[in-house]
Amino acid sequence: MRITCPNCGERDRREFYVKGAALARPDVGAGLDEWHDHLHLRDNPASETKELWYHEMGCGAWIEVCRNTVSHEVVSTRLASGAELGGKR
Amino acid sequence: MRFSGWRVLKEGLTGNKGWTPHWRDPEPQPEYDVVIIGGGGHGLATGYYLAKEHGFTNIAVLEKGYLGGGNVGRNTTIVRANYYLPGNSEFYSHSLKQWEGLEEELNYNVMMSQRGQIMVYHNDGQRDAMVRRGNSIINQGDDAELLSRDALREMVPILNYDNARFPILGGLLQRRAGTARHDAVAWGFARGADQRGVDLIQNCEVTGIDIENGKVKGVQTSRGVIRAKKVALAAAGRSGQAAAMAGMRLPIESHVLQAFVSEGIKPVLDHVVSFAEGHLYVSQSDKGGLVFGSYLDFYSSYAARGNLPMVEHTMETMQAMIPALGKAKLLRSWGGIMDMTPDGSPIIDHSGIEGLYLNCGWCYGGFKAIPGSGNAYAHLIATDRPHGAATKFRLDRFRDGHGLMDEEATGAQHNLH
Repeated sequence: MRITCPNCGERDRREFYVKGAALARPDVGAGLDEWHDHLHLRDNPASETKELWYHEMGCGAWIEVCRNTVSHEVVSTRLASGAELGGKR
Repeated sequence: MRFSGWRVLKEGLTGNKGWTPHWRDPEPQPEYDVVIIGGGGHGLATGYYLAKEHGFTNIAVLEKGYLGGGNVGRNTTIVRANYYLPGNSEFYSHSLKQWEGLEEELNYNVMMSQRGQIMVYHNDGQRDAMVRRGNSIINQGDDAELLSRDALREMVPILNYDNARFPILGGLLQRRAGTARHDAVAWGFARGADQRGVDLIQNCEVTGIDIENGKVKGVQTSRGVIRAKKVALAAAGRSGQAAAMAGMRLPIESHVLQAFVSEGIKPVLDHVVSFAEGHLYVSQSDKGGLVFGSYLDFYSSYAARGNLPMVEHTMETMQAMIPALGKAKLLRSWGGIMDMTPDGSPIIDHSGIEGLYLNCGWCYGGFKAIPGSGNAYAHLIATDRPHGAATKFRLDRFRDGHGLMDEEATGAQHNLH
C-alpha cells in the first residue's frame, strides 16, 4: 500500500501512522452521547472511506486519505489541515 | 453416527463405505424460534448449546458462504486462559474448561493438544507483570507457573536466550493451554448442532433484519424471508454490516490480522510460545509447519490479506527470537478480518432491540473463546440474562467508561488495539 502525501508525493505505507476514520470533532460542550458516538461508534464501511493518516516519517502532515477497505486502493489524498472533515464514522 | 476406535477399524476393513455426511443440507423453513446469523465457530457453538442446554428445537444458523469458512478457519489455533483483567479472566477460564471436555462432548476429534503455552519475558518489569498475572490466574483456580531462564531453556532450548536487545529471562507457563484443530472445532459443533435438529443453512446471506415497533420479526435472506422470534448476530468481522441492517452502529472497526505457516520441518517446538517484545506467537503443527503471527496491520480492512510491512516485522521477530529457524521457508500467509472494539475485549449483550442479540468484538481472541462464547451466548438468548462468566461483556461500557477491559493498558481508543 502506497500513499500519496500532498507535500511529499507517493510514499511507502511504513512512513505513515494511521489514526482511523476522519471525523468532524464535536463541540467542546457536546453531550455524552455525541462524544460516545464520535469516539467509539463507527459505520465501519466495506467500501471507500475517509481516514486520517499522519506522515510521521516525512513532512509531519495530517492527511485525509480516501481509501477502499476492500481492495486497499488509495483513491485520493488531501491535507487535513483546513479541510472540513466528516467522512463516514 | 458415532465415532469410535472400533468404528474406524470396521470402516477401514470394509472399504470406508459406511460413513455418512456429518450434517444435513436443509431448505430454510419459513419460521424459527431463533435465527443465528453466521455459521462460524461462535454461531455454530451457540446453536449447539441452545439446543443442548436450553431445549430449543427450532433453530437455524444462516451462513452466507460455507460452514467454518471465516475466521474459525483462519487463525493460529491457540487456546489459553491466562488473561489478566476481571471480565476476560473468568470468561476465558470458563471457555478453557469447555475446551477440556469438548471432544467427549461432541464425540469429535478436535485434536485438543494441551501442550502448554509460555509467555516469555525480557526484562524485570515484564517479569513483575508475569508474577502478578500468574498469581491472579492461580487465584481464580487456573494454572500458571513462573519459569526461570534455566528451567525455560531446558524446556524450550531452541529460543535465542542471548539476543542483545531482548534477552529471554524466563517465562510464564500455563500447562493446560495449547492448540486445537480449528476446522474440526467448526465441524464438530456443526455436527453436534445438526444432530440436535439445528438447521445449518449455507449459501444463505442475510440482506435485511425486519424490525417492527422495536421488536425483531425475522430476516431477509438471499434464500427468501425467514421469520424469527429471536435473531442473534455472530458475524465476526462483518458485525458492523450485520448490525447496520438493524439500524445500529457498533463500537467496532474491522481490521486485518495476518497469520503465517512455514514449510514442514522435524519437531523443534513442543509448546506454544509467545514473545512480549515485537509481539510474536508461534507453535508447531502436527504436520511440522510453524504457525505464527504478530500484530494487526492497524488499518481498517475487509480484504482478508495484509501488506508487506507486517509480514517483514513478523519475519524479523521470528529471526530474532528463534534464529535457528531462519532457513525454514514460508509456505503460506493469509489474513482474517477482526472485529476490533476500542478496548480490545468482546461484547455479548442485548442489542437494545427486543429479540436481537449481539456477539461481536472478539478482536484477535475469538478462536479460544468459541465454546465459552457459544455457551454464554446461548444462555443470554434463552434466558435474557447474561451468563455468569460473561457478565462484563457489555455493549454500554464504552458509553459509560465503566468496566472497560483494556488488557494492553493503551486506552480504550480504536486505533490502539
